[in-house]
Amino acid sequence: MKILVCISKTPDTTAKIAFADNNTKFAADGVQWIINPYDEWYALVRAIELKEADPSTVIHLVTVGGADCDPIIRKALALGGDEAIRVNADSHDSFYIASQIAEIAKKGSYDLVFTGKETIDYNGSSVGGMVAELLDMPYVSLATKFTLSGTDAEIVREIEGGEETDKVTLPLVVSCQKGMAEQRIPNMKGIMGARSKPLNVVEPVAVDALTSIASFDLPPAKASVKLVSPDTPEELVRLLHEEAKVI
Amino acid sequence: MSVLIFLDQSEGQIKKSSLEAASYGAKVAQQLSTSAEAIVLGNVTDDLAAIGNYGIGKVHTINNDALNNMDAQVYAKLIAEVATSIGAKVIIFSNNFNGKAITPRLSVRLKAGLVSGAVALPDTTNGFTVKKNVFSGKAFANVTINTDIKIIALNPNSYSITTTDAKAEVLPFATTADASKVQVISTDKVVGEIPLSEAEIVVSGGRGLKGPENWAMVTDLAKLLGAATACSRPVADSDWRPHHEHVGQTGLAIAPNLYFAIGISGAIQHLAGVNRSKVIVVINKDPEAPFFKAADYGIVGDAFEVMPKIIDAVKKLKGV
Ligand SMILES: Cc1cc2nc3c(=O)[nH]c(=O)nc-3n(C[C@H](O)[C@H](O)[C@H](O)COP(=O)(O)OP(=O)(O)OC[C@H]3O[C@@H](n4cnc5c(N)ncnc54)[C@H](O)[C@@H]3O)c2cc1C
Ligand SMILES: Nc1ncnc2c1ncn2[C@@H]1O[C@H](COP(=O)(O)O)[C@@H](O)[C@H]1O
Repeated sequence: MKILVCISKTPDTTAKIAFADNNTKFAADGVQWIINPYDEWYALVRAIELKEADPSTVIHLVTVGGADCDPIIRKALALGGDEAIRVNADSHDSFYIASQIAEIAKKGSYDLVFTGKETIDYNGSSVGGMVAELLDMPYVSLATKFTLSGTDAEIVREIEGGEETDKVTLPLVVSCQKGMAEQRIPNMKGIMGARSKPLNVVEPVAVDALTSIASFDLPPAKASVKLVSPDTPEELVRLLHEEAKVI
Repeated sequence: MSVLIFLDQSEGQIKKSSLEAASYGAKVAQQLSTSAEAIVLGNVTDDLAAIGNYGIGKVHTINNDALNNMDAQVYAKLIAEVATSIGAKVIIFSNNFNGKAITPRLSVRLKAGLVSGAVALPDTTNGFTVKKNVFSGKAFANVTINTDIKIIALNPNSYSITTTDAKAEVLPFATTADASKVQVISTDKVVGEIPLSEAEIVVSGGRGLKGPENWAMVTDLAKLLGAATACSRPVADSDWRPHHEHVGQTGLAIAPNLYFAIGISGAIQHLAGVNRSKVIVVINKDPEAPFFKAADYGIVGDAFEVMPKIIDAVKKLKGV
């Protein structure tokens, strides 16, 4: 079994969000970068669990990004991937990224491609579905549980107001979210071992981006909170009814 | 040329978030001086002619039992077929769970640039640029779509439904659907509850409520207001509440008209899932709780003392 896990880098969840160059670029100065939580906690850890259950499993990681991604790729390798591929390109266009990943996936003939539910910076929720279409494979999105028996996967995915259990035969693409696995911390052995694992850098294939970011805006500053005395909570209900008109 | 809107259905009924998409799509069609048409897949019990009320002229249907379960692979192919046959240049979805599964595939199929998480009408004065949420609601990006066909996935609750009085023409679309490679074994829906992602009012509790036995103050208020219930991550992690209620960076992102937060500190990762709410109310005994900075209304006080009085006042307001 060969699994490809898509790993992306995002600013730490507490990073200050600001923009530079006339609001056309994210101001990355002093920002701490992390593995996108969905990719790390759910996609990667579930892949590692599958390998623990069947040690013949091979896990490859793929990242589309510049050399500044290498520290987070090493961390992902320390958690448990076997080897990593970095496609040396910087883009925020989902189609461009998905095309690069699909290219790697085709060459490696993977049985399973795991992505995170979404990147917490650009919030596309798109790369997984695009990779699936490019590979002409089924796509199960927003998976909360994943089990394998032979080449049949049983997957629970979130639907509006509940969940659905699906059965799909490999190969397939799955986007992973909470429920798939529990967060892990890399141990010393993993960290040492990661240094000698292969991190192959490849050049991108030529693809036209379909979208481009023209500019960023910050939301208008919020007016300060209107406080109601704890002695007269009914006043809050009146304000919500008469002033805010939401109840 | 036309604008095509995908109407998502559940058990035969068109979802509210799709009616928002329909209203939005009708407005985009107006902007581009063209017509708005819709597509719906599977068996629908709703009166589809009434979709005209949302500004849609024609509804294309593919009425096939096999399409009652959404498989993105099958759906994307059919939608692409309809889009091509009517010459759709802009295709609009709700960015709900199904939208997130189908739009990326359709984007590849039609080589159509996709903006997911749109929050406003496109700016067509110079190209085609759509504002979307980024950084989990902490900022917006204005994304230009550079392709001939464009796909927009509109965030639920970010465009108001507008209605007129009109009837849509319902047109069965003749085609054959591929067999799905995804076999649905079971579905499990919380019945009688409002899905969190569609709720206009959400009442939410955090660790400040001390334990699951105290949740009546959340569920009672929710029931009175016709609201959905939510919670912070540690609450779901401790199994005080079901996991699907967890909102925030790693849970669900919601944008109701009213978010009522009780005993939640307002950590940045929690705010990431709720900061698009129109009105935020915070009940917290700590005046320094970060949530007050994001709130519109608040009470600095003990939830155990304040909430019963709030519930009484709401009962009075609702006449129950
Ligand atoms: C990468 C990452 C992702 C995360 N994702 C999420 C996420 O998606 N969603 C999420 O919620 N969290 C998330 N977290 C966790 C987040 O950082 C906070 O730890 C969490 O939101 C705190 O939950 P809480 O407010 O319920 O609890 P606490 O922080 O313990 O706050 C409890 C609050 O209740 C108040 N209180 C106590 N007693 C009373 C009383 N009697 N009456 C009124 N108020 C009272 C206290 O003053 C306090 O403000 C994430 C963290 C990380 C690192
Ligand atoms: N640059 C990238 N390199 C590798 N994987 C990525 C990249 N961007 C996104 N992904 C994967 O696709 C998922 C969805 O991303 P997005 O569509 O951008 O929200 C992420 O959780 C990752 O698993």
